Amino acid sequence: MNLVKLTIDNKPVVVENGTTLLEAAKSIGIKIPSLCYMKMDDMNFENKPGGCRVCVVEVEGRRNLAPACKTECTEGMVVNTHTVRVVNARRTVVELILSDHPAECLTCAKSGECELQDLAQNLGIREIHYTGEQSHYKGDLSPAIIREMDKCIMCRRCETACNEVQTVGVLSAVNRGFESVVAPAFEMDLDHSVCTYCGQCVAVCPTGALTERDYTWKVIEALVDPTKTVVVQTAPAVRAALGESFGMEPGTLVTGKMVSALRKLGFDYVFDTDFAADLTIMEEGTELLDRLNRHLNGDQEVKLPILTSCCPGWVKFFEHQFPEMMDVPSTSKSPQQMFGSIAKSYFAKKMNKKREDLVVVSVMPCLAKKYECTREEFSVNGDPDVNVSISTRELAQLIRNANLDFAVLPDDDFDQPLGESTGASVIFGTTGGVIEAAVRTAYELHTGKHLEKVDFTELRGMEGSRKATVDFDGLKLNIGIAHGLGNARKLLEEVKSGKSEFHAIEIMACPGGCIGGGGQPYHHGNVDILKKRQRAIYEEDKGKPIRKSHENPFIQQLYKEFLGKPMSDLSHELLHTHYFDRKKKAEIE
Amino acid sequence: MARFKNHILVCGGTGCRASESEAIAVNLKRSIDENNLENDVQVVRTGCFGFCEKGPVVKMVPDNTFYVHVTPDDAEDLVLEHLIKGRKVERLLYVDPETKEHVSDSKHMDFYKKQIRIALRNCGFINPENIDEYIARDGYSALGTILDEMTPEEAIKVVKDSGLRGRGGGGFPTGLKWEITLKSESEQKYVVCNADEGDPGAFMDRSILEGDPHSVLEAMAICGYCIGADAGLIYIRAEYPLAIKRLKIAIEQARDYGLFGKDIFGSGFNFDVEIRYGAGAFVCGEETALIHSMEGLRGEPTVKPPFPSVSGYKGKPTNVNNVETFANIPAIFLKGADWFRKIGTEKSPGTKVFALAGKVNNVGLIEVPMGTTLREVIFDIGGGIKGGKKFKAVQTGGPSGGCLTVNHLDLPIDYDSLIASGSMMGSGGMIVMDEDDCMVSMAKFYLDFTVEESCGKCSPCRIGNKRLYELLEKITLGKGDEGDLTRLRNLANVIKDTALCGLGQTSPNPVLSTMDNFPEEYEAHVKESKCPAGQCRALMQYVIHPKLCTGCTLCARVCPVDAISGDKKMPHFIDTSICIKCGACMDKCKFGAISIQ
Repeated sequence: MNLVKLTIDNKPVVVENGTTLLEAAKSIGIKIPSLCYMKMDDMNFENKPGGCRVCVVEVEGRRNLAPACKTECTEGMVVNTHTVRVVNARRTVVELILSDHPAECLTCAKSGECELQDLAQNLGIREIHYTGEQSHYKGDLSPAIIREMDKCIMCRRCETACNEVQTVGVLSAVNRGFESVVAPAFEMDLDHSVCTYCGQCVAVCPTGALTERDYTWKVIEALVDPTKTVVVQTAPAVRAALGESFGMEPGTLVTGKMVSALRKLGFDYVFDTDFAADLTIMEEGTELLDRLNRHLNGDQEVKLPILTSCCPGWVKFFEHQFPEMMDVPSTSKSPQQMFGSIAKSYFAKKMNKKREDLVVVSVMPCLAKKYECTREEFSVNGDPDVNVSISTRELAQLIRNANLDFAVLPDDDFDQPLGESTGASVIFGTTGGVIEAAVRTAYELHTGKHLEKVDFTELRGMEGSRKATVDFDGLKLNIGIAHGLGNARKLLEEVKSGKSEFHAIEIMACPGGCIGGGGQPYHHGNVDILKKRQRAIYEEDKGKPIRKSHENPFIQQLYKEFLGKPMSDLSHELLHTHYFDRKKKAEIE
Repeated sequence: MARFKNHILVCGGTGCRASESEAIAVNLKRSIDENNLENDVQVVRTGCFGFCEKGPVVKMVPDNTFYVHVTPDDAEDLVLEHLIKGRKVERLLYVDPETKEHVSDSKHMDFYKKQIRIALRNCGFINPENIDEYIARDGYSALGTILDEMTPEEAIKVVKDSGLRGRGGGGFPTGLKWEITLKSESEQKYVVCNADEGDPGAFMDRSILEGDPHSVLEAMAICGYCIGADAGLIYIRAEYPLAIKRLKIAIEQARDYGLFGKDIFGSGFNFDVEIRYGAGAFVCGEETALIHSMEGLRGEPTVKPPFPSVSGYKGKPTNVNNVETFANIPAIFLKGADWFRKIGTEKSPGTKVFALAGKVNNVGLIEVPMGTTLREVIFDIGGGIKGGKKFKAVQTGGPSGGCLTVNHLDLPIDYDSLIASGSMMGSGGMIVMDEDDCMVSMAKFYLDFTVEESCGKCSPCRIGNKRLYELLEKITLGKGDEGDLTRLRNLANVIKDTALCGLGQTSPNPVLSTMDNFPEEYEAHVKESKCPAGQCRALMQYVIHPKLCTGCTLCARVCPVDAISGDKKMPHFIDTSICIKCGACMDKCKFGAISIQ
């Protein structure tokens, strides 16, 4: 390991060769302001175009100022981070950025979470000396994401997320000079592009340029409508992150408080998406075993590996990018949609309600879910199975609006029957969780034996792409896991080329899985937050009395009273779906 | 091969072709055939002669008679008079502006006297579409010798010893660049020729490619051998069709002759080139942006290091040199590093090609030894200022160079002296301005260009240059105040200090240099709302002198906005609140009664 010695603000520092000035300074407690820079180890996310020029510092012997995020330390370097020259340059650059940014902080969706706002505040900018024309771009309102590019500062983080991490390739810089902006090709709307609505662009945007489509008002309208019975479902990853919005330590589990808050908000029934996750395991696990058995019996037609299908971003991704492989993923609907389907059939019937009188709201860590519930195949006679999907952040907003002091709310329990869940469903919220849950059930179904050790730690972790072999009593099951669509693409290419040795693959569009979803409280590039949320999820699993989906008594009851058995005709009708070829074709007039 | 007694060289550069030089060549050929001279006289379409002001140019060889401003109708006379009767066609000869005498040989013209042509050595002499003509002037013999007798290290030493510095503007030592690329270990390396000449008004590289493409190709092969690359890429802007056509012909011919391809000269060295087209973005002249553009990515620069010589095209070590730099290489090997070092200055050996333009008598392409003074270039070669006006400033280095003044006229031109005086070499644009040019408007004009051409990646360039432009506009509209001058200077300095690439780091140069050299002009704009050069429209007022006005009413009748009133035979009056300053009244007035204040 080569070390280099340098001096930053008169402090000597020794760092590894290849360390940037920004990192070296940080290691000795010098926080150089930066804006476009964002790096998340383990997530394959590194955005340092050196474009904003906020982190400039003075390096002795160098003609101009150096961007600390891009400049590597060299032996004997003498660096000053706050000379008059540097401070003047940094302030001027920030003033320039502000001069081309709408001063709408008071009403901006990102206010309080905006990194540009923080930067201006930290530098104490009170006046903008350089004013002039501001750039204007057309707005873009998709079902999940709002692009308000007047607020774009060209940090290019969204571009890195979309191209390098997710390999979706929708967002890139277009136009030149003052008109440059990040946009889909030809500045088309997201809705017309191959965007998966994974929301990772929103998760990293430092300003209010990219935000979620806010549906809180629709929820309020439903809640105050006396003719409607409003049912809410909450995804597993929400409870591991919601607390952050109220100043709690990342990784604090707030399941009980969340339920309490939802009830106070006026929802008639507070249910759990986890219940539907257990249902998903019943269907998907059965499908896996069915395909596997047919394969073992020499059926050449059967497609293996089976790919999970609970992530709507991932579903849209393969519909656009790999439509020739639409028969590979499981046909099971996502937990959100299974819940909607069951709520508006089984539960509605049970409660003697018409499905139209039931409003199903989902609280999701995800933005793609907003899009998913608008897909036509997920509605009956124009009535969607899930009416509105809001993000973790939007729920926090609703709670604040209702004047609830979240921290002191008592713990409460979900309603029944759609509120009971197992540890297996909780771990759906993190990468590796779905497949671990499936293994717990599939093992017992396949071998007929009791599974003693339910923790498959070999399936856990944060590496972008993992593999493990699980012993099903002699049958070696090869399992692949990918989170982040770029990693998914690699596994998919392998499957496409016939080189894949996997029997089952779990894919989540977002790095980290749902805990890192586009609708979660902003992490501002801090990967530790995601890791803490992940730990919280596994903790919740551990604490559950039942940890295998098929042991959920209410799931058993549902099959007994209504569905019959997994993959029955009714299950097929209500819990399975089909996919569409969305490959973009050149349109010839 | 046929041997001709006489050659008629017709300039086939883009400028002369635009003035029908192709028709001259066609007519010459017809006349030659009609007079049965086809076995004795050959018409050759050459590259640019450089003396564009006097184009189209036709040169008779062997007697070196240099005809200027030739038209297609003159072709017959040139054949009948010059070739058959042996009499010079006097009306087409160059007239010395001082002595008013005819000068027939270009070497006696002031325009050429002080020039030394290395990069342009074959331009205007050979047919660029015929490889034999290049070979006849020792073409490809440098490559042959190197492949035969030298190791890459030895060859690089020659380039290092010559002291050649990058002619694209940066002035980085070429030999050192080659050495770094040689030392970067990789199975695949690339030689890239930067032919993305984007400075407005500059056409050095285009002329070299149009007039002598093989010199660049030969140099690229030499470079390939030296650094260990077997692939070359020429990045050329698509709006250079003639240069592209001639390059393509040259590449084909070099392949046919076995000078490109596998096992060149039996040495085991393989080399070939490909052409890549640029869409005309100025920033793509910056080497990292150029490489990204060739890779099919957005043409925007990335922070260096890593330098292309370590990680360039497709992440492989890539040596990027500009056209003019390459054009010097074969000559250096043919005549030796010592010969080259003796030309020019100690720190900047050799010559530099400039595109001389603006308010100067002899507009054109010139090549002078480094160290030549601005005075020699503008007054001796350029023939002084047009219309006898006073010299005011010269902008060197293209849109991001600085404006130098009369105080700099005796400055010997080289990389370092230009930077020290607030300008730069750039790729070699040189625009001369006279007393009628407003320096604030001039700075605004250049900023307009850089604002347009910024890639938008870094905030100082994307937003800062826009704000600089807006401040300049405010000042030229007479709406500026002294605070604006402070802001202008601070902003210009910050952009220079913080921008990501060469474009942004130099774009404030026109502002800073004009503020330094013409402070009184800025002050006149903001303090007195006056434009001393009378160029800023918003600050001008047309007035009628009552004593000179005869009341003829002509001005009132031509005024398109009815701003002029007055009774017949009585002095008229311009309502400045209506006047749009079109100048029609002043043009029409027969009594000189209307003037600008």
